[in-house]
Amino acid sequence: MNIEIVTSDLLNIATLIFLAVIGIAIARIRNLFAVVMLSGIYSLMGASLYVILDAVDVAFTEAAVGAGASTVLMIGTLALTSSREKAATSPANAIKGLIICTLLGAALIYGSLDMPLYGDPSAPIHHHIVPRYLNDSMAEIAVPNVVTSVLAGYRGFDTMGETFVIFTAAIGVITLIGRKRRRRKTSKDDGGHDS
Amino acid sequence: MMFAAAAAGVIITMVMVLFRSLVGPNIYNRILAVNAFGTLSVMLIAIYGFVDGRPEFLDLAIVYALINFIGTIAVTKYVTFSDMGHGDDGDPMGDI
Repeated sequence: MNIEIVTSDLLNIATLIFLAVIGIAIARIRNLFAVVMLSGIYSLMGASLYVILDAVDVAFTEAAVGAGASTVLMIGTLALTSSREKAATSPANAIKGLIICTLLGAALIYGSLDMPLYGDPSAPIHHHIVPRYLNDSMAEIAVPNVVTSVLAGYRGFDTMGETFVIFTAAIGVITLIGRKRRRRKTSKDDGGHDS
Repeated sequence: MMFAAAAAGVIITMVMVLFRSLVGPNIYNRILAVNAFGTLSVMLIAIYGFVDGRPEFLDLAIVYALINFIGTIAVTKYVTFSDMGHGDDGDPMGDI
């Protein structure tokens, strides 16, 4: 058997086992600081899995938002609240939650049964317009990376609209919460700093 | 063969780091575990790139290393100040 395929499978299986172990640990641990740390690890592992599945841009978003920004936001939440999780008040609620989670998980698995298999060459997504992107994007857009040419060329107006939305959101957030931090007191100007 | 050995080594180290972040008695174990796990997933992506014959993944792994830094900074700031909105108190150096 080819050693590269074995190594690739080993990485795949290890990544999935790590995700399962971390997920169960997040559900079991009551110390919320540890939960935030573990969710950062979970995001890094998920990003690695997306890289292995060849979704490099999704992986990059997962690493930036999941491991970077959401860890920062969760830590900020811990600073404002408590870092201990209260135990469930009644076991009846826990059983109801378990039932709902099981039903939702079964529905999601049932929904995924209709999806084409991973890497299936006869899947609809490989037959609609993807062949044209792969064949003609170098002649039409002249960018070597096909994903980039689709995002910035064929769907350029769509991407520009998304960028406007994110830019507007950033301006709104800065206007709301980013002002007071930059106020400087000039009266305490004693020259030099001792930090 | 070399890449398989490297991948196995990284995965074994990941198991050890994950164990420490699960049972770690204090928060410093967990902070270091997250930092080490980020570095290890960078290694994992790089090794996967070479195994799969696409060494461009090395660039991706380097960007991950940069992102990994942000979370660690936020966590250490929280541990030091118990607060994310630590003001600069008129200090011209801010909270650097």
